[in-house]
Amino acid sequence: MSDADPAVPEADAPESATAAVIAAAKESDFALVVGTLLAIYAAAALLSFTDGLNSVVGLMETLTFLGLVYALTALALNLQWGYTGLFNIGVAGFMAVGVYTMGMVVRSPDPAFGPPGLGLPLPVGVLAGMGMAALLGGIAALPALRLKADYLAIVTLGLSEIIRLSLQSSAFDSFLRDTIGAGTGGGRGMGMPDNPVRDLFLVDGQAGTPTALGDLVFGVFGTDGLGISHPILIGWGYIAVLAAFLVGFYLLLERLGRSPFGRTMKAIREDELVANSLGKDVNLVKIKVFVIGCALMGLAGILWFGSQGNVSPTPQFRPLLTFYVFIAVIIGGSGSNTGSVLGGIVFAAVLFEGPRRVGGAVRGLIDAETPGSFADALVSLDPVTLLAYAADNVAPLQFVFLGLVLVFIIHRRPEGVLGDRIETAAAVDLSERPAGGESDE
Amino acid sequence: MGTTDSSIVDAARARPGLLFAVLLGGLLLVDLAAKLGGVGLGPIGGSVSVDRLGSNLWNGVVIGLVIGLAGIGLSMTYSILSFANFSHGDLVSAGAFTGWGVAFLIAGFGDVPVRALLTVRDAGSASPGDVGAHILSTPGAILVGLVAAFVVTSLLAVALDRAFYKPMRDRDGISLLIASIGAALIVRYLLQFGYGSDRRGVTASVEQSNLAFGPLGVSVNAHELTILVAAVGLMVAMHAMLQHTKLGTAMRAMADNKDLALITGIPAERVVTATWIIGGGLAGASGYLYVLLRGTIQFDFGWLLLLLIFAAVILGGIGSVYGAIVGGLVIGVVFTTSTIWIPSDFNQAAAFAVMILMLLLRPEGLFGGVSTA
Amino acid sequence: MSSDAPDPNDPADVADGSDVADGVDASAPTADEPEENDGEVEESAKHTPSGSPPLRVEGLVKRFGGVTAVDGASFEVESGSLTGLIGPNGAGKSTTFNCITGVHEPTAGTVSFQGEDVTGLKPYQIARKGLVRTFQIARELSEMTVLENLMLAPQGQLGESAVRAVTPGLRGAVVEEETALRERAWETLEFFEIDHLAHEHAGNLSGGQRKLLEMARVLMTDPEMVLLDEPLAGVNPTLEEKLLDRIHDLRADGYTFLLVEHDMDVIMNNCERVIVMHQGSVLAEGTGDEIRNDERVIEAYLGEDL
Repeated sequence: MSDADPAVPEADAPESATAAVIAAAKESDFALVVGTLLAIYAAAALLSFTDGLNSVVGLMETLTFLGLVYALTALALNLQWGYTGLFNIGVAGFMAVGVYTMGMVVRSPDPAFGPPGLGLPLPVGVLAGMGMAALLGGIAALPALRLKADYLAIVTLGLSEIIRLSLQSSAFDSFLRDTIGAGTGGGRGMGMPDNPVRDLFLVDGQAGTPTALGDLVFGVFGTDGLGISHPILIGWGYIAVLAAFLVGFYLLLERLGRSPFGRTMKAIREDELVANSLGKDVNLVKIKVFVIGCALMGLAGILWFGSQGNVSPTPQFRPLLTFYVFIAVIIGGSGSNTGSVLGGIVFAAVLFEGPRRVGGAVRGLIDAETPGSFADALVSLDPVTLLAYAADNVAPLQFVFLGLVLVFIIHRRPEGVLGDRIETAAAVDLSERPAGGESDE
Repeated sequence: MGTTDSSIVDAARARPGLLFAVLLGGLLLVDLAAKLGGVGLGPIGGSVSVDRLGSNLWNGVVIGLVIGLAGIGLSMTYSILSFANFSHGDLVSAGAFTGWGVAFLIAGFGDVPVRALLTVRDAGSASPGDVGAHILSTPGAILVGLVAAFVVTSLLAVALDRAFYKPMRDRDGISLLIASIGAALIVRYLLQFGYGSDRRGVTASVEQSNLAFGPLGVSVNAHELTILVAAVGLMVAMHAMLQHTKLGTAMRAMADNKDLALITGIPAERVVTATWIIGGGLAGASGYLYVLLRGTIQFDFGWLLLLLIFAAVILGGIGSVYGAIVGGLVIGVVFTTSTIWIPSDFNQAAAFAVMILMLLLRPEGLFGGVSTA
Repeated sequence: MSSDAPDPNDPADVADGSDVADGVDASAPTADEPEENDGEVEESAKHTPSGSPPLRVEGLVKRFGGVTAVDGASFEVESGSLTGLIGPNGAGKSTTFNCITGVHEPTAGTVSFQGEDVTGLKPYQIARKGLVRTFQIARELSEMTVLENLMLAPQGQLGESAVRAVTPGLRGAVVEEETALRERAWETLEFFEIDHLAHEHAGNLSGGQRKLLEMARVLMTDPEMVLLDEPLAGVNPTLEEKLLDRIHDLRADGYTFLLVEHDMDVIMNNCERVIVMHQGSVLAEGTGDEIRNDERVIEAYLGEDL
C-alpha cells in the first residue's frame, strides 16, 4: 500500500478522502494562478481597449512575460530564503552571470557588432550559464556557512555588485577576449543570440519570411486575420516556452521540498544546531541549496534577459532587480512555491507594470503642460498641473509605493499577502494517519 | 596554549585565510615599493610616481573621512537596534539635498527663484555656478547648509523610526532589514520625485582654491580641507559625547548588552531616539560633505555609497564608532590606491572584495568585539 | 501492520562504515507494538552490551579565553546503563556535554565512543555514530509539525539526497521509505503519548510536551546512546513521571543514557551510577548511596539540598 506515483500523491491510495482534499487543493492552486491571470487580463483590457485589439493583446503579452519571469526567479529565491532561510540578496548577480555566460558561449566568434563569443550551440550556452551561476553560488555559500543572516545579505549584495562592476569593466572585457576569446562588451553590453522560438515562426528569424507554422498563426491572428502584430504573436510563442519552464521549476522545487531533503532545509531554517545534532550535514545542505538555487537563477536570467535582444550590466542588473524578486516572494509568502508563482505574477502586473500604464493613461486624460520640476508644479498651485507632473513622473512614485507595500507587509502580514501557506515537508501525505495504524486515536 | 614562539604558527594554522591575506598585503607593499623605486622584477614593480601615490592617499583619506562619518551612524544603529539599516544611504542623500537647498538659499537669495534654490537646481539662466556656493566665496552658506543637513536628516531618521521601525522593535533583524529596504525605496524615490533625477553640478569653481603641498606634490583644495575639519570636528564631538555624557554611557551599555542595559534601568526608547538623531544627523552631514567633495549631486548617490559604508563598518567591527572611522579610511584608501594595481573601473569592486574577505576571515572586524567605545 | 515496518535505515550512509546493514536494520527499536497503548518496547538485538564502554572521556579540558570550564574531566559510561551526571552550577556539566557532542571542540583530552576516537568531530558526525543528545532548553523546530520533527530525525534517509528526491525513477523508493517512516513516527508518538499532537506545529507545544518531542525525535535517530541535558527541567510532575517511565522502558531495551539533571532526587532514585562534577573535573563516582555519603560531595554541595 505504498503511494506509488509521487507526482499524484495518494491518487489511488486507500485514503481517498485525503486524496480528494489534496487534489482539490492542487486544483485550487492552479485555479488561483489562472484566476489571477484572468483578473490581470481583464484589467489590462480595460486599460487599453480603446487602442484596439492589438494593444490589448500586446499589453497582456507584456504582463504575462513579466509575470512568468518574476515567478521563475521568485521560485529560485524561495528555495534559498523561504525554505532554508539563506538570505541571499545577490539574485541580480547570479542572473547576470547566467545570461552573460550563455551569451559569451553562444555568440559568433566573429560578430558584426559587439564582443566575440565561442560560437557553441545554444543548449551548451544555457548549461554553461547555469553551471557558472551554480559555481558562483557554491562560492557564495562559503560565507553562508559561518555568517549570520544579515552579514550574508551584505556579502551577497557585495558579490552581486562585484559581478555587475566586472561586467561593466572594459578592462575585464579585454582580459576575457585575450584569454578565452569571448568578451562581455563592457558597459555597452552584448546582443543576445537569436531566440529559437522566433525561428519557429520565421525562416532564419527574418521578418517577412514566415515558416509554415508562422503562416498559419499569422494568417489567423496576424495582420491578415485578427490584426495582431507579428512580434506580439511570437512573444506569445515564447510565453508558452516560459510557462513550460515554470511548470518544470515548480515540479522540481515541490519535489525537493516534499522530501527528506526538504525537511532538512526547513530544519536548518528553524534551528541549525538541532539539524546538526540530529546527524544532518548542515553545511553540505546549505551549499547544495545555494548551488541549485543559483543555477535556477542563472537559468531564469537566461530565459528573461536572453530574450530581450541586448543585455548590459547597468541598469539591468542593479540590486533593485533583486529587491523586486524579494518583494514578489514576500507577497506570495516565503516558503511556499505556489505563493512565489502568484507573488511573481501579482508583482509584475500590479506593482511593476501596472502603475506605469495607469500613469500613462492618466496623463493622456489631462490637458495640461508638464512643469519642469516638482517645485514648479508646486508653486503653480494648480492641482491639474500637479497631477500632470505626477503622471509624467510615475516611476519614482511607483518605487515609493513599492517601499510602502514592503513595509506594510512586514508590519502587518509577515506571512505574505496571499496567506500563510504551510507546505508539508515529506514525500507522503502527513495530514492523517493511514489505515495501517489501527491504534486508538 | 602554546608559547609565544609557536603562537604565530598556531594562528597561521588556525586561520590560513588570514595568513593568505597578510601575505598578499605584504606582497602588494613590496610591489608598491618596487614601483616607487622604478624597479621592475618580472610581474612585480613598474613605475608609480610619488606624486600619484601621494594624491591617491590624500583623496582616499578625504573620501574615507566622509564614508567613516556616515559609517558611525550605521554602526550605531546596527549595534543598538540590532539590524543592518539599508536606508542609511538614502539618509545620506536626503541630507545632501536638504543641506544644499539651504546653502543655495542663503548664497543665492534674491538672484534666483527660491524654488530653484531649495531644490538645488539651476533655474532659467542661472546655473549652480552662478549661485556661487563655495567655501571661499560663501563660507556662511556652506556652514549653515551643513547644520541644516544634520538637523533635517536627524528629524527624518526619527520620523522613519517612529513610522517604520518602532512598531517592530521586538522583531528579528531580517524583518527590520527588509523594512529598511522599503524605507530606502521610499526616501530615495521621494527625493527623485521632488528633486528630479538628473545629476547636476552644485559647487562653484573658485580660482586659487588649491593649496599645493610642496614635497609630496599633493594639492589640497579648500573643500577638501573643509571636509577634513568638519569631519574630524564631528568625530571628536562624537567621542566626547560617548565618553563624557550620560547619554553616551547609556548608548555604550545598550550596544554592549541590551538585556543587561534594560535591567539596569536605561531608558531604552530615549537612547534609541538619540541614536537616530545622532546617526541620522551624521549621515546627512556626510552626504552634504560628499557633495562638497564631488561637486555634483544625484538622487541615488547615497544608495550607491551604502555598500562602501557597510564595508567600512564591517571592517572596523560592527558597533565600534572608532572602527567605523578607521574602516572608512581604509576603504577610502583602498578605493583610491587600488588603481595602482588594477584597472580603475575595478576600484569599487576592490573595496567590496576587501569587505567580503574581512567578513570571511575576521567577521568581528579589525578591532574585534562589539563596543561603542 | 504489526510486523516490523521495513526500517528505513541507511544504505546511503556509507560514511559510518561497512556493516550497518544487518545489525542496525533488524532493530527497529522504537517499533513498540501498537496493539497495546502503553506497550513495552521490544527487545532489540543491537543494544546488547559489548566489551568496551560506549562512552569514555579522558582528561577533557575546555577553556574559553581565560576561563577554564572543564578541567581534566575523565569518566566512563557503561553500556546499557542509566548514568547520572550531577554537579553544582558552573561545574562544567553542560560544557562537557557540548564537548562530547561536538558543539565545542575540546582544548585537550579525548572523547571516544564505542572504542573509536570522536574528539573534535562535528555534531552531525557524532550523531551519525549513534551518540545523540537533547538540549537543556528544548529546541523544537517550531514551524514544523510534530510529525515532521520526528521524520526529520532518522539517519541516512534516501530522500536526503536532492537528486533522489526529484528524479522520477528514483523517487519511488523515497516515497516507499517515507511511508514506512511515517508509520514509525506515529508509533514513536504513541509511545510518548503525544500522538494527538502530531499535526500541531511544534512551536505551539507546552514546555513539557516539547521535552517529550525532543526525546521522541532523538529516538527516531536510532541512537546507541542518548545524552539527556536536564530533560525534566520545567516539566510538571505527571509528565516527569511519564518521561522517566519512558527512559526506564528504553533502558530495559538496551539503550545507554547519560543524564544531566539538577534535581538530585531524580538522579538518586533513577540512576544506578552517578558521576559528580565539581569545578570542571570529576569529584566522585559511584552508586547513589555512595555519592550521598561522600564527604567531598557533601562539601561541594554545601548549602544545597542533597
